[in-house]
Amino acid sequence: MEEIKSIPMEKKFFTPTIIGLCVIALIGMIFLMLRFLFGIGFVTNLNNQFPWGIWIGIDVAAGVALAAGGFTSAALGHIMNKSNYEVVIRPALLTAMLGYTFVALSVMIDLGRYYSIWHPLVYWNGNSALFEVGICVMTYVTVLYIEFLPIVFEKFIGNINLPGFLSKFNLVVDKTLRFLNRGLSKSMFIFIIAGVVLSCLHQSSLGTLMVISGPKMHPLWQTPILPLLFLLSAISVGFPMIIAESVISSKSFGLKPEIKVLSKLGKIVGPMLGIYLAFKIGDMVIRKSFIYLNEINSISVMFFIEIIFGIIVPLRMFLSKEVRKSPALLLTASLFVVFGVLLNRINCFIVAYNPPYAIEKYFPSIGEIFVTLGFVSIEILIFRLIVKYFPIISIPVSTKFKYSLRITEKLK
Amino acid sequence: MKKLNRRDFLSSSLKVAGTAGAINLISPQKSKAGPENILSDDRFGVLVDTTVCIGCRRCEWACKQAHGIKSGDISEYDKKDILTTRRRPQPDSYTVVNQYQKIDTNVKFQCMHCDHPACVSACIVGAFSKRKSGAVIWDETKCIGCRYCMVACPFQIPTFEFDKAIEPNISKCDFCFTRIENGQVPACVEICPVETMTFGLRKDLVEVARMKIKTYPDRYINHIFGENEVGGTGWMYLASSSFDKLDFPKLGKNPAPGVSESIQHGIFAYFIPPIALYALLGGIMWLNKKSKDEE
Repeated sequence: MEEIKSIPMEKKFFTPTIIGLCVIALIGMIFLMLRFLFGIGFVTNLNNQFPWGIWIGIDVAAGVALAAGGFTSAALGHIMNKSNYEVVIRPALLTAMLGYTFVALSVMIDLGRYYSIWHPLVYWNGNSALFEVGICVMTYVTVLYIEFLPIVFEKFIGNINLPGFLSKFNLVVDKTLRFLNRGLSKSMFIFIIAGVVLSCLHQSSLGTLMVISGPKMHPLWQTPILPLLFLLSAISVGFPMIIAESVISSKSFGLKPEIKVLSKLGKIVGPMLGIYLAFKIGDMVIRKSFIYLNEINSISVMFFIEIIFGIIVPLRMFLSKEVRKSPALLLTASLFVVFGVLLNRINCFIVAYNPPYAIEKYFPSIGEIFVTLGFVSIEILIFRLIVKYFPIISIPVSTKFKYSLRITEKLK
Repeated sequence: MKKLNRRDFLSSSLKVAGTAGAINLISPQKSKAGPENILSDDRFGVLVDTTVCIGCRRCEWACKQAHGIKSGDISEYDKKDILTTRRRPQPDSYTVVNQYQKIDTNVKFQCMHCDHPACVSACIVGAFSKRKSGAVIWDETKCIGCRYCMVACPFQIPTFEFDKAIEPNISKCDFCFTRIENGQVPACVEICPVETMTFGLRKDLVEVARMKIKTYPDRYINHIFGENEVGGTGWMYLASSSFDKLDFPKLGKNPAPGVSESIQHGIFAYFIPPIALYALLGGIMWLNKKSKDEE
């Protein structure tokens, strides 16, 4: 078996795509500044009927779901102890860490009194689903940062080179890092399990959030098993997210896709989607909510798109061997799942939400859209930056030579 | 009992998760486990008889006066054309009167002061509370402006100051709680020239409403809105025709927060599920590691 090692990606940072992302990020930040100067209403289309928009529906709800790769890969790699998956664990961990950081930031910009974001730590309300989500997400972000620490240690241990007179401390710092690293690696299992438990809790509680809105939410989505559906969909989207990310970053860094590992991951996705679909359809049959599918309107069309393109099509694709062998098809199937879960969160939080006195339906403003796009862009930029300097992406050692050759060729 | 357990778990899970740094610095010692939520037998209520209201809008003016909101001169409220627009409570007007011309009825809207308020259950920091007097009120010092109360409220009552960058408030009728807890009646009830509203103990008001319907069966439909809706509300309404026509939402008899609270308490029943999951995963991890070492 080839030996696998994570290394920093020594490739130039700015490409046309990256510059494009920087521009979007910049526009987003300008709108964000306006929000902080003139209030939420100045930038968004929110009002007393529609208090939550895409900053909650997409940035927070979908953001949390799409960062599920972190806990699903940890469960598979560390808890099931399948060592073959090591190549995907680090990128998934980094995505989750960045994803959750931006979830927290998105919550903050959406809060009317963002400077009071720490209040839930002091003022508790155990009946509130939002309180549970808040506490779990705060704790989980911390756990993710702790899980990431060994990668930072790996980067700096043996490479400490402080400037000027500080160089005297090189040895001391190095020893401290080694000591911390040893201590952490012994207790890491505590954090890994905690991460999985916390994820299960808040992924499902995110579904409980909308249950309290009762008849204000369309019956196609409003169900007491929303928490279960949210958890199942989060588990289903975890691996497709990893697959999509891995294929895209391999392409971006000119590496060979880890098709063996990815196809193994893909094998798990099919059954997961199957379970999710079964619960979704079963719930619809038991609650008899399918009667709302008789009339064709924007609501039922959105539901059909979500079920067909978000679940059934990728389910069929992941069950096929040919699809699992081809990076392009695997990527397509994965993107379908990602799209499906994203659409589900948008449907639950925005499309299905129908307040009693609304005059017109909410549609996000340009400002809201650019802030959301800006956050996604910054996330990708930071991902690329961290991958450039920290050992995240693994390559087989035997091809390392080949890889560096290709890079030098490209640079020329 | 439940509260204590939830608290125990949260503090221990924080420790388990090793958030030693940032989170434990702000020790949750002083924190309360939840907001005040009292369902007293002697809670107050108001019975609104929509067949009596003349749409003079004096209540709107009195409400602003009582809450220190710029109200303008009372004569400005004589303009009747505004009545026909479908207005909703706003940050600067906790109550509004709308006219339904087809059925010749005026309806005053404000917070219903539910017996089982969704806002109290939903609020992440417990900024809402239901007092012994029956008033559901908002605490400015706790609120973080997340607007989950607005998502939760079945009557779409709480409003938010979207145009304010700093200290935006959640505003809604507070039942003039300082007045009613000191022997006075709410400002709107006091000023009403035709006694549209009857203030009293909620249990008495239900009797009054039933008697009215029984005595004048031609005047009222046989439905007290708020008697059973979302588990009962402090403010109740009588009307001459169906409440759908008066823009009242169609609601069931179950308390608004009901299902979500039972799900929440189910997932965290005595913290057994999360701890069991932790133990299970730990066990699986240990077994897998052991079998791998043996290989």
